[in-house]
Amino acid sequence: MGAFANQIVQGILLGGLYALFAMGLSLSVGVMRFVNIAHGDFIVLASFLLLSLTTALGISPFLALLLILPFAFIAGFALQRILLQRVTGAGVLPVILVTFGLSIIIQNGLLEAYGADTRKISGGALETATLTVGAGISIGVLPLLIFGTAIAMVTALDGLLYRTRIGAKIRAVTDDVAAADLIGLPSARIYAIAMAIIFATVAVAACFTAVRTNFDPAYGPSRLLIAFEAVVLGGLGSLWGTLAGGILLGVAQSIGAQFDAAWQMLAGHLLFLLVLVLRPQGLFPKS
Amino acid sequence: MPPPFVVIVRLVLGAAVLLLAVGPWFLGVAELKLLTEFFCLLVLALMWNLLAGYADIVTVGQHAFVGVGAYGFYGFAVLGGVNPYTAILLAGMVALLFALPAMAVVFRLRAAYLAVGTWVVAETLMLLAGKLTDFGGGSGVSLPVAVVKVFGSRAEERYATIYWMAFALAIIAFASIYLLLRSRIGLGLTAMRDDEEAAGSVGVNLTRTRILCFLGAAPFLGLAGALITLQKLRVAPQASFSITDWTVFIIFIVVIGGIGSLEGPIIGTILFIALREYLAGLGTWHLIILGTISIVIILTEKRGLWGLIRRVWPVELFPTSHINAQLERGSRSRWKSQSTL
Repeated sequence: MGAFANQIVQGILLGGLYALFAMGLSLSVGVMRFVNIAHGDFIVLASFLLLSLTTALGISPFLALLLILPFAFIAGFALQRILLQRVTGAGVLPVILVTFGLSIIIQNGLLEAYGADTRKISGGALETATLTVGAGISIGVLPLLIFGTAIAMVTALDGLLYRTRIGAKIRAVTDDVAAADLIGLPSARIYAIAMAIIFATVAVAACFTAVRTNFDPAYGPSRLLIAFEAVVLGGLGSLWGTLAGGILLGVAQSIGAQFDAAWQMLAGHLLFLLVLVLRPQGLFPKS
Repeated sequence: MPPPFVVIVRLVLGAAVLLLAVGPWFLGVAELKLLTEFFCLLVLALMWNLLAGYADIVTVGQHAFVGVGAYGFYGFAVLGGVNPYTAILLAGMVALLFALPAMAVVFRLRAAYLAVGTWVVAETLMLLAGKLTDFGGGSGVSLPVAVVKVFGSRAEERYATIYWMAFALAIIAFASIYLLLRSRIGLGLTAMRDDEEAAGSVGVNLTRTRILCFLGAAPFLGLAGALITLQKLRVAPQASFSITDWTVFIIFIVVIGGIGSLEGPIIGTILFIALREYLAGLGTWHLIILGTISIVIILTEKRGLWGLIRRVWPVELFPTSHINAQLERGSRSRWKSQSTL
C-alpha cells in the first residue's frame, strides 16, 4: 500500500514537469489557436543551449536560465514576427507545415551540432536531496521544486492574462482579430508578445527537464505529445486544466512504469485516447 | 483539344507508364528495387495528399497504417500460414479495420489538434507492436525464407514480382483518386480544398466525405506497408512504424511537389528520389535542406512546384476541375468559329 501511495505521489510530482512542458503549448492553443508542432523541439533546443552555457561558464543551470530568459523572449517575438505571423490565421495547413518543417530542421540541426548522445545537466546537490514524509514515501527536493514552479507559473500566467492590460489585449485579439484590429490593437505585435511569453515558459521547462531527465536531439516529439495530451486532457484554453492534465499523465505513467519503460509511455497515451473518446471537451473545460 | 504542350507531356507520361509496366524485362535488380520504393512512396504521397490537400485531414500519423499493414502481413503470412499473396490483400483489410477506431478517436479533434491526435494514435500502435512477442517484440523479426521464396525462388524473379505488385498498387491508387476527384464527391472535395466553409454551405457533406477519404486511404497504406515489408524482409516497430520514412518524407514530397493536385505528389516523389541520390552523403543536412525548402515553398507558393509551373502554363495534366473542362470547350468553340471565318 505504501509502495502504491509512493507511486501516486511520484506521479503527481512528475506531472509538474509535464505541466511545464505543456504551459507554452496551452498558451499558443488558447491564444494563437494553433498547435506548434515544433514546441517540443524548442524545449530540447533550449536544453542544449543551457547545457552549452553551463559547461562553458561553469555556472548552475538556474543561473544559466536567468541569462537566456531575455534571449528566449526576443527569439519568440522574432519567430512570430518574421515567420509565424505570415501563416497565422491563414488556415490550418500552413501553420502545421511550417512548424513541422521547423521541427525537422531543429532536430537535425541539433544532431549535427551536438551528436546523438544522450545528455543531462547536473543540478548538483539539489538532485539527490530528499524529504522523507514517512509511510515509505520520500519526496525529492528537485521534483518538489519543479512542481512548485509549475503552480507558480500557472498562477503568474493566469494573472497576466486576466489581470493586466497586455493580458486583456491578448484576449481581445484571441477572441476576434478583426474586431481587435478595428479598435486599433496592433494584433501582429500582440501575437508576437504572446509568443515571447510562450518562449519564456519554454526556457523554464527546458531548464528543469534538462536537470531532471536525460535528453537527446530526437526527444522533441515525445515532449510535444506529452504537452499536447496534457492540454487536451485538461480542456483547451484552461491553464489550471493543463496543470491537472499534466498531473493525470504523470500518475498514469508512474503506474505504467511499474511494468516497463514502454508501458510508462503507453499508459499516458491510452489514458489520453480514453478520455478523448469519453469526454472530448477535456476534463476541466473552460466554461 | 488541350494545348500541344499538354498533349506531348501526356504522351510522354503514357509511354513512361507502358515502359514501367514491362520494367523487369530490361531493368537490373538495383533499378527494380529503387522503382519499387518509388511506387510505394508515390502511393503514400497520393494518400497523404488526398487527406491533407483535399479532405482537410492533416495527419502526422500516416505511418500508423503502414506499420499495421506490415504487421498484418507478417501475422497472416507467417503466424497464420495464409498464402502470402492473400496475406498482402488481408494486410490492406487489417489497416482498414484499424482505421475505424482510429477515426472514432481522432475525428473528435479538429484541425491542428487532429494532426497531433493522429500522431498519438501512431505512437500508441508502435509501442503496442513492440509488446507483441510473436512478432519479435521491440527488436522485430525477419520474414522466414519459405515465405519470401513464394514470390520467386531467385532474387531477380522475386524483385520482379514485388515490382509488379507495387506498380499495380500505384496505378490503382492513382486511378482511384483520379476517378474519385472526377466524381460528384470529388467536386465536393475540390470545393473543400478551396474553401471548406463555403463548400459546407452549398451542401457538401463534409463529415461523410472526410470519413470516405480516411477509410479509403487506410487499405492503400496497409498494402504499401505489406509490399515495403517484402522489400525490407523484416518487421520491427521502429522501422515498420517509421515516422521519418512514412510520414515526414511523405509530407515533404507532397508539399514540395504541390499539395492539392494530382501532379504534385508525382513531381515530388521523382524529385525526392533524385535529391536523395545526390544528398545522401550529406546525412542530417539532407533533412535540414528538405525542411527549409518546404517552409520556403509554403510561404511563397503554397501549391508547390506544380503551382509554380502552372503560373507559366496554366494547364492540367490530369483534368479534375470541371471549370477548366468548360473553359477548354469554350476556347475550342471560339477557335472553331475563328477557323470558319
